[in-house]
Amino acid sequence: MTTVSLNVNGRAHRVEADADTPLLWVIRDDIGLTGTKFGCGVAQCGACTVHVDGQPARSCVTPASAVAGRKVTTIEGLQSKAARAVQKAWIDHDVVQCGYCQSGQIMSATALLEQNARPSDEDIDHAMSGNICRCATYVRIRAAIHAAARQLAA
Amino acid sequence: MHPLMQAFRAQQTAEREEQALASLAAPDSAAPAGVTRRGVLAAGAAGGLVVAVGGWLPQAAQAAGPGPGQGAEGGAARAAFAPNQFVSVGTDNLVTIVNKHHEMGEGNTTGLATLVADELDADWSLVRTEYAASDVKRYANLAFGMQGTGGSSAIANSYLQYRTAGATARAMLVAAAAEAWKVPAAEVRASNSVLTHPSGRRATYGQMAAAAARQKPPANPVLKTPAQFTLMGHDGATPRVDSPSKCTGTAVYTGDVKLPGLLTAVIAFPPSFGAKMVSFDATAAKRVRGVTDVVAVPEGVAVVAKSTWAAIQGRRALQVQWDETPGATLDSEALLAQYRELATQPGTPFNRPEPAAGQPAAAVAKTVEAVYEFPFLAHAPMEPQGCVAWLHDGQLETWAGHQFPTFDHQFAAKAAGLPMDKVKLHSLVSGGSFGRRANAWSDFTVAAVNVAVAIRGRAPVRLQYTREDDMSAGLYRPMMVHAVKVGLDDAGRVASWKHAIVGQSIMAGTPMAMMIKDGVDPTSVEGVHPSVYDLPMLDGQLHSPVQPIRPLWWRSVGNTHTAYVMETMMDRLAQAAGQDPLAFRLALLEKNPRAVGVLRLVAEKAGWGKAMPAGSAQGIAVHECFGSTVAQVAEVTLRDGKVRVDRVHCAVDCGVAVNPDVIRAQMEGCIGFALGALYYSEVELKAGRPLQRNFDGYKSLRIYEMPAIDVHIVPSTAAPTGVGEPGVPPLGPAVANAIVRAGGPTITRLPFARAGIVQA
Repeated sequence: MTTVSLNVNGRAHRVEADADTPLLWVIRDDIGLTGTKFGCGVAQCGACTVHVDGQPARSCVTPASAVAGRKVTTIEGLQSKAARAVQKAWIDHDVVQCGYCQSGQIMSATALLEQNARPSDEDIDHAMSGNICRCATYVRIRAAIHAAARQLAA
Repeated sequence: MHPLMQAFRAQQTAEREEQALASLAAPDSAAPAGVTRRGVLAAGAAGGLVVAVGGWLPQAAQAAGPGPGQGAEGGAARAAFAPNQFVSVGTDNLVTIVNKHHEMGEGNTTGLATLVADELDADWSLVRTEYAASDVKRYANLAFGMQGTGGSSAIANSYLQYRTAGATARAMLVAAAAEAWKVPAAEVRASNSVLTHPSGRRATYGQMAAAAARQKPPANPVLKTPAQFTLMGHDGATPRVDSPSKCTGTAVYTGDVKLPGLLTAVIAFPPSFGAKMVSFDATAAKRVRGVTDVVAVPEGVAVVAKSTWAAIQGRRALQVQWDETPGATLDSEALLAQYRELATQPGTPFNRPEPAAGQPAAAVAKTVEAVYEFPFLAHAPMEPQGCVAWLHDGQLETWAGHQFPTFDHQFAAKAAGLPMDKVKLHSLVSGGSFGRRANAWSDFTVAAVNVAVAIRGRAPVRLQYTREDDMSAGLYRPMMVHAVKVGLDDAGRVASWKHAIVGQSIMAGTPMAMMIKDGVDPTSVEGVHPSVYDLPMLDGQLHSPVQPIRPLWWRSVGNTHTAYVMETMMDRLAQAAGQDPLAFRLALLEKNPRAVGVLRLVAEKAGWGKAMPAGSAQGIAVHECFGSTVAQVAEVTLRDGKVRVDRVHCAVDCGVAVNPDVIRAQMEGCIGFALGALYYSEVELKAGRPLQRNFDGYKSLRIYEMPAIDVHIVPSTAAPTGVGEPGVPPLGPAVANAIVRAGGPTITRLPFARAGIVQA
C-alpha cells in the first residue's frame, strides 16, 4: 500500500492504494467518479476509457501508479470544444441505448477529433474499434462523429 | 408465438381498453391504509431517478443527478396533482411520468412518456420520468399479470393504459380551468402544458394543478384519434429522455450507487456447472488490505471488502476446494453429438400433419434435408450483473436493474427471511440485458441478499460480478439442433415437412412451466410452429433434454434458432424448385398479409433482383415474433473467402409507430447484435467449464463490421407491437442466404467463425 498522487479532471488527489491497483477502481471507488465504467477488466471492451495526457487509455489495465504526474480526464471532466461537439452530436442523433458503453465511446471519439478534425470512415473504424457496444449503436456513433466534425469545422 | 404473448393476445381490443381504464388507480383507493397517494408517489420519487429531458446542459445534469436515497428534484416530490399512478403535475409545471418497465436501452422510458404526454398535451421539454416501485397491483405488465419487462411488450401492453392515464389528467385540468373561469369545458383548449380560453384566460398546467386535483376523474376519458397525435409518430418530437444523462456519465447504474459505508463483494462461484464447495481457506484472502469478510453463501464464497479491487484481490488469494465431479463429463461437442442422435428418434409431437382433405398425399419428387447446430449463447450485456443489498431496521432495500421486480421482490424477501412489505426494490436503468436480467431465479439479486445476510446487515453491500462471473453463470440460450427433411412435388410445392428440434426447455422448472402444453415448451418451437407460413403438412417432433445448466431466453428467444432454420430452408427449397426466393415465399404466405407487406416493401426498397457487383449478392428473410413482422435483405460481399455485410434493408410492421426513431434504433441494434452472434458467439464447455469467459474469447461485433442499415416502417393504425427483439431473427438467415447466392458455402453450424469465413 502506497500513496498514489493523481491529477484527475484538473484536481489533485492523493489515494492510498496498492501501486498496481487499476486506475479504473481508483477513479470509481476512491475518487467517486462513476461515469467511467467497468466492462471486462482486460482492455477488450473500452467501457473504462479515459484520457491520459489527452490520449485514450483503458483504465481497467492502467496501474494507478503509472499515471502519477500525468493528466487524467474522465467523462465528468470533458470540457474541450471537441468534447462538447461530440456530446451534442450524440444527443442530436439519439445514439445511446443502454448507455453503459457510451462514456467510453465519447472519450474515444473526443480523442479522435482532438487529433483529427475531419476523420474518414477508416479513421473512425481505427479509433473506435476498441469500444464494444452490445446494443450495436455503431451506425449512429459513426454519424455523430461525422456531425461533430462538421460542427467543429463550421 | 411467445407464450407470454398468447396470454397477451387474449386480452386485446375492447377488453384491453376496459382493463386499461380499470388499471388506473382511483385517487387514494389503491394506497395502503394511512398513506395518501401523493405520499406514495413522493416516496417513490425519493431514491428513484429523475432523468432530465430539457435542454442540453451537461453541467446542470451533473448537478441535478440525484443519487439513490436522495430526493428527486421537483417532479413528484412537489406533485400537486396525481390523478393516477403513472402521471403527476407539479406546481413547478413539470410533468412526471412513472415508467413501470425496466429501461435496458430499448427506449421504453421515452415511449411510455410519449403515450402520456401526447394525450395530456404536455410540453415535452417539461416532462420528467422516474422508475416505478415494485408493486404488482399498480404496475403489472398487463401482458404478464406480473411486474416485469420482456417479450418486447412494454409499449404494446401499456398503449391504452398510459394514454388513458394522460387523457384522464388532461380532462381534469380542463375541467378545473372551466370551473375556475366559469366557461364550458368544451371551450377550454389544452396545448403544450398551457390551458387557454378564447376570452383570453390562460393558465399553465402547474397553475391549475391544485384545482385539477379536486376534480372528479372522468369515467371514460376520450382518447385522441391518430390524426390528433402531436408526439406519437412524429419524428423529432420526442428525443430520448435518457440521452443527456448517458452522454455525461451521470446516469446511475447499479455499480454507481453510493451509500454510507457501502462494501463491495465478489463471489468465488463454482468453476464448473454442478460443482460443489468442499472447503475453503480464507487466511490469505483476509490478509489482503481492505477485505472485511470472507463468508460462505449458497452461491459460493463471498469476499467482502472496502473497495472493488480489494474484493477481487481477496478472491484471487482465496483457497477453495471444489468437487467438480458432477460436471466432469459435460462437454459441448459430446452434447451436440447426443442431440444429433436424438433428432433421429421420435419425440413429443408439436404439430401433427393434416392430410389434405379428400386428396391423396402429394407425390414427393425431390427432397431437401439438413441438420442445423446452434451453440450455447451468453447475453454479455455491457454492464456485468450486480445488486446492492442493505439490511437495516428490520427491512431490506435493494438497488439493481430489476427487470422482473415481481420475481426479484419475492425471492429477495425469501432470502432475507422478511415479509414482502419489508422489502423495497429500487429499480435502476441497466447496461443492457438481452434477457439476462429477467430470470426465474433472480440470481444476482438473491446472491446479493445472501451476502448481506451473511455479514448480518452490518453495512450495505454491493455484489459485483466480473465479466468472467457473468459469462460463466449459465443462463445461456440453450444449445439446439434441428433436423429437417422437406419433400417437394413435381411442381415445386411443399408436399411434406418433417422437423425435429432438440434442446433444453427454457420454461421447465420455472414458475412459467405451466406454459408447457402436452410436453411442448412453445419457446422451443416458436417460429417453426407457428411460423409465418401456411404449412399444414408439418410433422414436428420435440426433444427437451435436461442439463445441469440453466437455460434462458436470449433476445427473441426460440426465434434465435427457428428463424435461421426456416428461412435458410426456404432458400434451399426455392433453389430446388427452380424459383426465386421471394416468389417462393410469397406463394406460401397467402394467409399472412403482414408478412407479404414487409417482404414486398423490403424487396422494393432493396431493389431485389438487381444486378450486384461480382462477389456480392443479396439474401432475403422474413419472420414474425412478439406480434411484429420483419423482413430484411442483406447485401454481402465475399472476398478471399471472407464475408462482409455491406448493407441491410429492413422493413418492420409493428402497428402504430409510437416513436419512429426508437423503432429504427431497435432495428439497427437488433441487426448488429444478431450479426455479432452469427459471426462469433458460442460458449463451449469442457469438463463442465465454460471456455469463453470474456470478450477476448466471446467476441462481439465491432464498429468496422457494422453494415449500413436502412429501416422502413410500414404505416399502420393497428395496436402497437414489439420492436426490442423482432429485428434479430431474420438477420442470420438473410446473411446466410446472401452468402450462398454469392457463391459461398451453405452454413448449418453457428457461429460462422467455425466455417472460416469471418475475417479474424
